[in-house]
Formats: sequence, C-alpha cells, structure tokens
Amino acid sequence: MEKLRRAMMFVPGNNPGMLQNAGIYKADTVIFDVEDSVLVSEKDAARQLVHNAIKYIKYPCEVAVRINHITTPYGRDDLAAILPAKPDLIRLPKAETAEEIREIDEIISEAEMKNGFSQGSIKMMAAIETAKGLMKAYDIASASPRMVALAIGAEDFLADLKTTRSSHGNELFAARSQILLAARAAEIQAIDTVFSNVNDEDGFIAETTRIKELGFDGKSVINPRQIKLLYKIFTPTEKEIDLAERVLAAYEEAKAKNSGVIALNGKMIDVPVVTRAERVISYAIALGLRKGGQ
Amino acid sequence: MAIVGTGQAGTLESSDIMVTISPAEGAKTGIVVDLQSPVVKQYGRHIENLIVSLVSEQGLTDVKVFANDRGALDCTIKARVLTAVARCKKDRI
Repeated sequence: MEKLRRAMMFVPGNNPGMLQNAGIYKADTVIFDVEDSVLVSEKDAARQLVHNAIKYIKYPCEVAVRINHITTPYGRDDLAAILPAKPDLIRLPKAETAEEIREIDEIISEAEMKNGFSQGSIKMMAAIETAKGLMKAYDIASASPRMVALAIGAEDFLADLKTTRSSHGNELFAARSQILLAARAAEIQAIDTVFSNVNDEDGFIAETTRIKELGFDGKSVINPRQIKLLYKIFTPTEKEIDLAERVLAAYEEAKAKNSGVIALNGKMIDVPVVTRAERVISYAIALGLRKGGQ
Repeated sequence: MAIVGTGQAGTLESSDIMVTISPAEGAKTGIVVDLQSPVVKQYGRHIENLIVSLVSEQGLTDVKVFANDRGALDCTIKARVLTAVARCKKDRI
C-alpha cells in the first residue's frame, strides 16, 4: 500500500505554538509553510523555526515543507536552511515546468549527499496553480522519481483563470480532472486544494465527497477540524470492505478452479473490479480496520 | 566578535520567545542575559545557559541579550536566538 496522504495539513512556519502541536491532530502529513503564510520580512525566522522543529520534535506523521518558488529570492535559501533537518517531503508551489522540479531535485541530491542521508529519501510534490502549469502537469508529475504527488492550488489558479470559487465547483472541474489524469499517468498521487471556509462543514463535506469520487487521494486542509470530516469520507465503510473481501474470495476461488469468468451475486467480476477491491482492502489494512494478510 | 547593531526575533505569543541582542555597554562584559519568563524559577538557569551557549557558538563575545519568554521549547529558543544573531550581524530588527 502506498503512503496514505488523505489529509495534508498546512501549518504556518513562523508560529511556534502551531508547529509544536502540529502532530496531535492525526493528519497523514503536516506541511510547514514558509511561503504564503509568512511575511517577506520573517522568511529567515520561519526557516530557522521550521528547521529546528523538524530536527527536535518527533512528529508521528509525514513532515513536508512548502518552500517559496525556486525562482523567487527565497526558494534556494529555504532549501539550504531546511534540507539539513531532513523533511520527508518538499512541496513546490506554483509549479510551471519540469525544469523547476529537476532543479530542486538536484539541490536535494546535493543536500542528501552532504548530510549523509540516503539518496532519494527526501520526496517531492508540486502544486499546480496557473493555467501554464496545468498545461505541463504530466511533465511536472513525471519530472523526477522523487515526485510522489501533484496538487491543485485553487485560489491562485482561479485568479489566473479570471474567475472565482463557487459552491458547485464547476470552475475547477477541468483542472481537477486534468491534474488527476496527469498524476495517474505518472503513477503518483493527486491531492485536492484547501477549502478555506472552515465554518462551512456542509460545503467541505460536499466538496470532499466530490473529489473522492473523482479519484483524488487526499486534500490539503487548513484547520484540524476538517481532518475528522475528511477521514470519514475517505474511510471505506464496513459494507464496502465486506464486499471487497467477498470479491477477492470469489476471485481466488475461481483462480483455484481455473475458471475464466467469475460472478458474485449475479454481477460479473473482472480485473478492474478486483483491482478496486484490492485498493479498498489496502485502505482497510492501512487504517487498522482489517489485519494484513487476511 | 563585538557587534554594532541590534537584532530581534520572535513574538510575545504563547510558546514563543522574543529575543533582542544588542552591543554591550562596556568592553569585556561578556554575554549578559536579561530573561523574563513565567517559568523562570523552574527553567530560568537552563534557558539562560542555552542562550549564552548559542550566542557564544555564533562567535559573539560582548553583547546584551534581552529575552521575553512565553513558554518556548528549546528548539524555538534556538531558532529565535540564531535569527536574532543573524539579524544583528546585518543590523536589522
């Protein structure tokens, strides 16, 4: 089972209280942000704080850092300060070309060598936030073996598109679909954008349900309150797990009998059905709802 | 190394520490720490020692450090002191 990245929670990088408590909310990944949530005059302070938090606080989850774009005056300094602390993942915002990804990949490789970390141990993900970036989504997703996920950053993207966010999400449908296709073609995960109105739980649930149906692996969140709601949607129900187990059992039985066509409760079971069932069971095992090997 | 500028980092929010480093008032004063903290009785000496060792590791000798602690962890104290040192070397608040 690949690493679960259902909830990727942003944490402002210059806030010690939030950084020290970030691990208690059970997010699959915490993303320490030194980009948009940090004033230009405080970038140096945030880098130091994030570096020391990663180095000295034991987080029970994956730790990512969202750096400033590599072409800004801050991106390289962010990497120089943060990589020696060995984050699990570097998130690049506003990705527009594969070259940017390769440039960061090289910087990470040098840091891994210099600090004695194993090669390839620091992963990368990128957020698409412009139309130009979306046109290159597959190139970006497949630019480095470090890439584990492609995300969409809706606010900047919609500003670039000259529109605004709605409750139905039609304005993001094309971009979400394209990012999902690019991520799947590159065999990496697809992560949806934040839902910024933390008081609108119904809106959050509706949007998260929609993106799960599209095929996304997870969503960025900005408030711990959203995590529980998100997990409820991303956790397979007992009924779904039970059906998946019966599908796999029927498949195994048919294989043992060398039977070509399988049916369960009158419905044909073919390879895609089995693949989906395997994914449900992997999730159930990863979430502790079933034991591995069952 | 003596400094001519002042550097400040951190905030007065909970779990943070505001550190201000400025030049010493006389020669050969060493590193003088003025600490305010709600946990000064329990951890005052530890925090002061940590600040002195960090400042000294950065090569500063005769400086005044004013630290207003709001319950910061060691890793936060370290980050704020190092940022303040870097800023005072650039003479920036």
